[in-house]
Amino acid sequence: MRRIDLTQMKENEKGIIVELLGGCGFLRRLEVLGIRKGKEVKKISKQVLGGPVIIQVGNTQVALGCGMARKIIVEIK
Amino acid sequence: MKKILLMGNPNVGKSVIFSRLTGTYVITSNYPGTTVEFTKGYTEINGEKVEVIDVPGAYTLEPTNTAEEVAVKMLEEASREKDCTIIQVIDATNLERNLILTLQLLSRNLPLLIALNLWDEAKHLGIQIDFQKLEAILGVPVVPTVAITGEGIKELKEKIPEAKKGKCLMGEKWQEIGRIIDEVQKVSHRHHTFSEKLNDLTIRPATGLPLALIILYLVFLFVRLGGESLTTYLLDPIFNKLYLPFLARIINQSSLPKFLVRILLGEKMEPLSGLGLLTTGPYIPFVIVFPYLFVFYLLLSLLEDIGYLPRLATLLDTFFHRLGVHGYSSVPIILGFGCKVPALLATRLLERKREKIITTALLMMMAPCLPQSAMIVSLIAPHGTKYLFLVFGLLFFLSLIVSFLLSKIFRGETLELFLEIPPYRRPVFSLLWQKTWLRLKGFLKEAVPLILGGVFLISILEISGVIDLIGKFLGKPLLYLLGLPERTIGVITTGFLRKDVSIALLAPLNLTLKQLVIASIFLTLYLPCLSTFFVMGKELGWENLLKVAAIQLLSGLSVCFILNQVLSGT
Repeated sequence: MRRIDLTQMKENEKGIIVELLGGCGFLRRLEVLGIRKGKEVKKISKQVLGGPVIIQVGNTQVALGCGMARKIIVEIK
Repeated sequence: MKKILLMGNPNVGKSVIFSRLTGTYVITSNYPGTTVEFTKGYTEINGEKVEVIDVPGAYTLEPTNTAEEVAVKMLEEASREKDCTIIQVIDATNLERNLILTLQLLSRNLPLLIALNLWDEAKHLGIQIDFQKLEAILGVPVVPTVAITGEGIKELKEKIPEAKKGKCLMGEKWQEIGRIIDEVQKVSHRHHTFSEKLNDLTIRPATGLPLALIILYLVFLFVRLGGESLTTYLLDPIFNKLYLPFLARIINQSSLPKFLVRILLGEKMEPLSGLGLLTTGPYIPFVIVFPYLFVFYLLLSLLEDIGYLPRLATLLDTFFHRLGVHGYSSVPIILGFGCKVPALLATRLLERKREKIITTALLMMMAPCLPQSAMIVSLIAPHGTKYLFLVFGLLFFLSLIVSFLLSKIFRGETLELFLEIPPYRRPVFSLLWQKTWLRLKGFLKEAVPLILGGVFLISILEISGVIDLIGKFLGKPLLYLLGLPERTIGVITTGFLRKDVSIALLAPLNLTLKQLVIASIFLTLYLPCLSTFFVMGKELGWENLLKVAAIQLLSGLSVCFILNQVLSGT
């Protein structure tokens, strides 16, 4: 079991969200897209040079900036 | 009259359902005090005319952005009226997260009906939903639909009168949603679809960036070629061979005073130099701008409908973030290489004022519009390619510097990108036409009166001699500072009407290379052209328009002044 954030995941790697850092507003924005604790997330791709990260949760794909991606902690089996 | 609100998350096919429900007569308007657009139309239920409103997409009724704020306000307004029904459009492939909005809508205690859209796609993904059980749990009618093919729309319409206030589910929301999902949804094994492979290709930088450049280049090319051919082969001949002679006949037969004729027809019957209310006035919006806009809107709507724009924004975000804007700014900026008017209209994709202003400055200054570029190339290329690099390179770097400074001046952080990447969807062509037409109509309704007013104002200023005065008192010192001969004054004034022509008019003036370089840069920067000017005013507000125009003028002046000192006469 490794605990890393979204930016450290590799392409196509899967993990379970275990912790979300950040304020209430941020959590709410994530939640309505189905991103919350206990969900499985798959990394689709990262952009070069600190660009946004793309993840998939359920059937939803979301692009999010690096700063946000660092606040989402996952556990990899 | 009855009212129906169509609500739902973004990208669930709400607009397609909307146009299936309503006929051809739809209007778009801005919600008062915002830039958020919504569409309104009518349908008939049991012989009764019913208003249908396509509410802006919302993930939640606890607003996280302007579109959601508007959605909540519209919902609250509607709930005060009698006879209001809500249809929530749900993406069946993402039932779980769509149910957040459902629970919130249920607690509002309004008659509700659910369209379980993208039903076919859900099946394709191996998702089975027991919609009758869902109906029982929520206490409101649920109708599976495939909006793109029209499947289920008839049933949806029939069920509208059955919409009712459902059960208020009181438990903790994720527990409730989890319970519902467990009961109604089964997911089986699924295959990788073509759309997913395409998604991977277009979103991973290694393949996505080159593809993005190709797509942008194609858009650019189509807008240019399409717009140009429409102007040259269709609209310009109609205007010059049919409209102008017709107009001349009517005016000549009437016995209008000379002064009035001058205002209506201009100094000569020549739309680009005469400045007539009935000649130049319609020529600029209908013959010059309209064709580019038409092609651009068609392509933009296509890219939007198939879902490419969020991917483009994601790919280019890294670069644009450093300039203080979002990846979404890439669309207007790249369009600005073609024609500034569609580019400015594309800034509507941007949500915040700060981004809009920086993006506008970038797109105005980064490069001249395409016809202008062509003229600059043809004038300067014979003197050597390095001078072309000088002109375009200077403009490019200047725009980067200006946007960097602007991002410091207009306070506020650059927002991090956060957006849903919807799966690729098949476009519906009838909808594409409708969307394009609505947008064109919007432009004509808003911009044409402004442009006509502008032409009128300028012609009055010209007739009354004000423009000459400006030329005499401001022009001479200006030309001295920039090292340009006096005969360029006229060119600078016409440049406001149509900038590419203004650069072409430099050709007979026998300018030196240095003067050509300076004049090209100055004419690119000094002011936006007439149409751009008014569209910018509408999009940014008149105060911000003046700011951007002042920045352009000042940076144009200073760069050209420095160039005049630095470049040795050639």
